Amino acid sequence: MYAALWRVLPGPVWLRIVALAVLACVVVFALMTWVFPLVDGIVNPQDVTVGG
Amino acid sequence: MDAPESADAADVETRAVATPRPRLSVVGVLGEILLTGGVIVLLFLAWQLWWNDALLAGSQSDSARDLSRDWNSQEPAPSMPAATAPEPSGAPPAQDFGLPVVAPQPEHSDVIGNLWVPRFGADYVRTIAQGTTTDVLNSTRLGVGHYDDTQMPGDVGNFAIAAHRSAYGGGLHLIDKLQVGDPIVVETEDGWYVYRFTNLEYVLPTAVQVLAPVPQHPGVPAGDRLITLTTCNPLYSTAERIAAYGAFESWQPRSAGPPAAVADIVAASGVE
Repeated sequence: MYAALWRVLPGPVWLRIVALAVLACVVVFALMTWVFPLVDGIVNPQDVTVGG
Repeated sequence: MDAPESADAADVETRAVATPRPRLSVVGVLGEILLTGGVIVLLFLAWQLWWNDALLAGSQSDSARDLSRDWNSQEPAPSMPAATAPEPSGAPPAQDFGLPVVAPQPEHSDVIGNLWVPRFGADYVRTIAQGTTTDVLNSTRLGVGHYDDTQMPGDVGNFAIAAHRSAYGGGLHLIDKLQVGDPIVVETEDGWYVYRFTNLEYVLPTAVQVLAPVPQHPGVPAGDRLITLTTCNPLYSTAERIAAYGAFESWQPRSAGPPAAVADIVAASGVE
């Protein structure tokens, strides 16, 4: 999967590394901004009250 | 002894040359997906415990300060007698403002007031709203929930509230750092209610009796004005609960300004 991604990317090694780093940042930002808040609404195990 | 080894090595070499590695193997892709999934789960925990926690802590205290500012900018309630204004004399005497005003129970998720606890840090302030469901506790502007069916601030009985210990702004993150006598102050539209921390109890999540008008003694008629703060224990776990109790000390209307116990942190927060 990642090997294939590496092969698909054009350019020299340093450019591929930069492209992958940018891609990773975009993915992490998307997760933190949209995916995790959504998931958190579904799986929220934190009950802090008594009796509840 | 050398012969078989070199034969093996040659064999491996031949096979490697003869059958080039497949571009995508099922096991390889599956392994990568699982590894990626593991990293995403760790990222989620980091998001919940630090990213979102810091985000909510900031927005909750910002909106609490906005609320305080709004109340300050309002005209003083016409029912407030002018005599309660502080005297311009040197040392302000400990004025007696009579019995504390007790507001009616608000609708679910409506604002009750702000919680100021100097022990939790100079920049600590959170808004208390009615109800202890996630829409209050995980909110970007509230964060502290008032248990339905417990008393309101200043009332005889128990004003019981709950907040997260960690994550979601961690409203009561430092609850175990409270020291006897620490002020726990509730600011409402009517005024300021000063409670003093008395003691801490570690209880099970089922211990609803800590919310009783006389905590741990359900059925006993209320005698004192108390506050109870509940949250999770230990840190990053929901196995137990901590209940922190405080006893009512004094009350003063908004026109008298913030009480001495929190005057410095209220002034530092720039809400006046």
